[in-house]
Amino acid sequence: MKEQLANIRTEALAAFAGAGSAQDLDALRVKYLGKKGELTAVLKSMGRLSPEERPAMGQLANEVRAALEHALEEQGKRLEAQALEERLKAEAVDVTIPGKPVKLGHKHPMYLALDEIKDIFIGMGFTVLDGPEIELAEYNFDKLNADEGHPSRDWSDTFYFDTDSRVMLRSQTSPMQVRAMETMELPIRIIAPGRVYRKDEVDATHSPMFHQVEGMVIDKGVTMADLKGTLNTVVERLYGKGTKTRFRPHHFPFTEPSCEMDVQCHKCGGVGCPTCKGEGWIELLGAGMIHPRVLEMSGIDPEVWSGWAFGIGLERTAMRRFKIADLRLIFENDVRFLEQF
Amino acid sequence: MNLSRKWLREFVSVDANDKAFAGAMTLSGSKVELTHDLGAEISNVVVGRILSMERHPNSDHMWICQLDVGRDEPVQIVTGAWNIHTGDLVPVALHKSSLPGGKKIEKGKLRGELSNGMLCSLKELNLDERDFPYAVITPAALLNDYKPLDPEKPSIPAGIQAGDKVSGPVVCAKMLEVMPLGDGAFHTCADIGPDGTVCPDTPCSNLHVGDLVAYNTKTDRYCTLEDLHAQQAEFPHCIPDGIFVLQEEGVKPGDDIKPVIGADDHVVEFEITPNRPDCLSVIGLAREASATFGQPLNLHTPEVKGGGPGVLTDLLDVETPAADLCPRYTARMVRNVKIAPSPKWMRERLRAMGVRPINNIVDITNYVMLEYGQPMHAFDYRYVKGGHIIVRRAEEGEELTTLDGNVRKLTANMLVIADEHRAVGLAGIMGGLNSEIVSDTVDVVFESANFDGTTIRKTALALGMRTEASAKYEKGLDPLNTLPAVNRACELVELLGAGEVVDGVIDILNYVPQPTVLKLEPEKINTLLGTGIPEAEMVRILRSLDFGVEGDQVTVPSWRGDVLRMADLAEEVARFYGYNNIPATLMRGQTTQGGYSPAQELERSLGAVCRACGYDEIITYSFISPTCYDKILWPAGYHARKSFQILNPLGEDTSIMRTTTLPSMLEILARNYNYRNKTVRLYELGRIYLPGGEDGLANEAKVLTLGAYGEDMDFFTMKGAVEAILRDIRAKDVRFEGPAGAPSDASYHPGRCATVWSGSNCIGMFGQIHPLVARNYGVDAELYCAELSFDELALAKGPDPEYVPLPKFPAVTRDIAVVCDEAVTVGALKEGIRRGAQGLLKEVTLFDIYRGKGIPEGKKSVAFNLVLRADDRSLTSEEADADVASILSLLEQELGAVLR
Repeated sequence: MKEQLANIRTEALAAFAGAGSAQDLDALRVKYLGKKGELTAVLKSMGRLSPEERPAMGQLANEVRAALEHALEEQGKRLEAQALEERLKAEAVDVTIPGKPVKLGHKHPMYLALDEIKDIFIGMGFTVLDGPEIELAEYNFDKLNADEGHPSRDWSDTFYFDTDSRVMLRSQTSPMQVRAMETMELPIRIIAPGRVYRKDEVDATHSPMFHQVEGMVIDKGVTMADLKGTLNTVVERLYGKGTKTRFRPHHFPFTEPSCEMDVQCHKCGGVGCPTCKGEGWIELLGAGMIHPRVLEMSGIDPEVWSGWAFGIGLERTAMRRFKIADLRLIFENDVRFLEQF
Repeated sequence: MNLSRKWLREFVSVDANDKAFAGAMTLSGSKVELTHDLGAEISNVVVGRILSMERHPNSDHMWICQLDVGRDEPVQIVTGAWNIHTGDLVPVALHKSSLPGGKKIEKGKLRGELSNGMLCSLKELNLDERDFPYAVITPAALLNDYKPLDPEKPSIPAGIQAGDKVSGPVVCAKMLEVMPLGDGAFHTCADIGPDGTVCPDTPCSNLHVGDLVAYNTKTDRYCTLEDLHAQQAEFPHCIPDGIFVLQEEGVKPGDDIKPVIGADDHVVEFEITPNRPDCLSVIGLAREASATFGQPLNLHTPEVKGGGPGVLTDLLDVETPAADLCPRYTARMVRNVKIAPSPKWMRERLRAMGVRPINNIVDITNYVMLEYGQPMHAFDYRYVKGGHIIVRRAEEGEELTTLDGNVRKLTANMLVIADEHRAVGLAGIMGGLNSEIVSDTVDVVFESANFDGTTIRKTALALGMRTEASAKYEKGLDPLNTLPAVNRACELVELLGAGEVVDGVIDILNYVPQPTVLKLEPEKINTLLGTGIPEAEMVRILRSLDFGVEGDQVTVPSWRGDVLRMADLAEEVARFYGYNNIPATLMRGQTTQGGYSPAQELERSLGAVCRACGYDEIITYSFISPTCYDKILWPAGYHARKSFQILNPLGEDTSIMRTTTLPSMLEILARNYNYRNKTVRLYELGRIYLPGGEDGLANEAKVLTLGAYGEDMDFFTMKGAVEAILRDIRAKDVRFEGPAGAPSDASYHPGRCATVWSGSNCIGMFGQIHPLVARNYGVDAELYCAELSFDELALAKGPDPEYVPLPKFPAVTRDIAVVCDEAVTVGALKEGIRRGAQGLLKEVTLFDIYRGKGIPEGKKSVAFNLVLRADDRSLTSEEADADVASILSLLEQELGAVLR
């Protein structure tokens, strides 16, 4: 019997190791360990042994059973791993086949630029204002110190809705300065982006409708140095750290002193090239200290409060930001253009 | 404003090169747009003297010239021009030279003869006869150049000889002698056959010894083509073109041509802001340059000798009934004028500044305007009837023919200069043709006046004739400038020997300006600028601009009408202290809370969901054509057609403010369709402009517009996007219905459009665009659009989400398919299912609609998946079956839908 057990052990272990599939292995399990299996048969014949022999033989039989079960389990795991490996191999894909397309929409490049600007100013404590495009000349001109004779009031420059030149399409976002001064509590920090309209024929750099962002700060002790510091920060955020700027005197009826801000030409680094018309600088925006008369007209005492304001053309900013060569592309809305951004 | 740097140098000495000059002037406030070196394109072009000329052996029209160009050896150049003669000084483009327009000249052979360069015409030097009036070329009709139009019928016989008759008194003459007289004319002798020899002087410059020429025996003149009524083609080489023969003094062979023709100047183009009309002049810019470069300004006081015949007050009387529009009128008179071209230096300066020379008197007025910034006008005294100048408002409907030859119809708010009978000029804009300076003008009145800027601007605008003068007046000029300007004009008349200036000045001052005196407050200026500029530096800067400073009193110069208060002084100080020397600081003071308003947040999230659905953002014009409403089939008389109308639009297409965004979207869809873009999905959050807002303004409502066509696009794709938007904002109580019967429904396919509702509020409409509308936009594909009101979306927006516990117990699902009439909608079935359920139904999902085999005609089978669940226990199959039975019974009873 001892021999018998040893033979079963040897035979079964060899058979298990040779099993090539889970089914084969299961058949072997039945053959040796099943109810009618060989080991079971041996165990059943234990009754015929003497009581002295039984414990030793029983222990041996259990050892053999444990050994076979262990071997069975091991081989089972091995076969499973092998089968998995084969399946994964069979499931391999050509990774160069394109993915299933997900169509995402694109933000218009001009609004991408606008959102950058908004984020910068919001971070500096500005709120964003929205205002009418069909506007009173009173807000667009009078209260901005551009009186009756100002050339921008001409019908050749500005669109009007009545013969008295009272209601017009705003020619700038600056009337939002006045609307903010009249309605908001001091101190004020606002930007006001939006559409503006001027009587320009469409070409590569002009459009009768375009966009500006107005910005204004009014507080006690605000200086021209603050204007420079703030706008320099904005430009560095927009065009990268270390972007060089310069300020030039200019004229706007509603600021005094007035200035224009240039950024150093990104193409030539200031040496002069066709992009900057040889000047080394590219005009970016107009700004200035709010004219004391403008403050007065909106009921703010210029002896106590001072402020600065700026206006920036969005199309040009976006065109520079994304190297768009022709303004007409902005309003053409060709999806081949839109989907580049 | 163009500035000649040569002219500038007369007032201030600045050595900086163009780039440095432009940079410094720009930073002190006079923005330079461009600089030009007038001679940049000209190189290696010199003055040459023609030493000898011989006819080219292999050409019937070319000459071989030997020229002295200041070198040891003469230079040979071949030319086809006929207006040159031995002894002439001419511009010579030598081997390896360049000319305006980028033309390069190199030596070469012309019909076998070496030519070491080119002789230049005026045109080749970028000049014309106005620049050098003496260089006009008058060709005679050379009979040896004659080519008959019809070879069968020549009007001049081939072998014509000296003395042969041409026609009438005109005979053939053979040139024996041609001698330039130095002033453009020639002394000649010619053989006219049996009648002997004639010796007329002639302006014709194409004659050379041996030429046969038409000669008129009656007038003793050589004939031009005009005299012979000949066509150019008959005398192909007798043309009024040729080499520029110089008559300049002190010019010798070898001299660089650039200074000779005034191309040695540099011109700087400034952008002058409207507050600085004083800088629209050489002197104004010289003052800025003087302050910028710290160089003294050398102004000149005009000196007039006078002594012309007569007494001014007897000759001229000026009245200004329109005194309110004419603050000052200054006039002087010049008599016995000799109209002639002005001298070269004056012509060069005018030309450098972009003004065409005309004649000495007109050129003087332009010269003074450029130098002083004071517009001037010259009248022919003969046509100022009664010697009486009246500055008055025009009569309504009065007519005046201006110098440009146009008849102007005037209105009563325009200002004219008139004599006793009629207007002779449009004040401050343009003179009248009736008093123009002409070649036989004898006596001249110089006007140097100050007019009301607004009146001039409005008149110029109304008549569409903005001129140099009106552009200056409209900005408001210095009334103190009229007198020095008129004196300068008279001084120039004397300098040019153009006439005799009558003593005295007529000067009517209707308004005496008081100088502006401001208090200098250095600490306030520094507080505004954020600087610490010492008071002494401020005083130095202000004085450098001719502001008077006494203690803390600043007297503003008369030409600086723009300086009215402390902030203006601060700008003057800052400009010359340097904007770039002002520190850059960050704002102090109370911090404010930045951020977006709820409406702005909603705009952002709507944009984000549209993009997530695959829609690209567009920007369209706010104005549209009135015909757009027809194109989208809005019925006539529909109240929403009432739009804000631009009274002065760029064109009909952009003349009204849209009350719907649909045409804008359709236009962009159509454009993309024409570009053959296959699949297009677009959105815009844009405004419409509805009449009836506050203050007569618009109610500018925002509309979220979607537009799409192409692959996978149908009604339900568009509906899916609309649903996604509504889901994203957690819109309350949403439902879809058919069109609501509005006139604007006409834009949509009647069976494929829907309205979207939140409770009782209509959010908008969407669906397929009516095929006729699509066709109106040139599109033969299905277009889909949605128009959702931003305000309604904001109202429909649900509250922030609140967590609902996840189900603890399993659900039971059941699929049912019912057969019903076609007319029963899925919506009604769903609604029926909801109502029929007894509290266990959690979800209903449509999964199939079937028509065809097994289903009777006019019926359809609609299949739903139902999810049933109780919140507090596991459902039994029986409980679920009971709910489904209840649902089916309701569907059958109310909708006639039976289980399939």
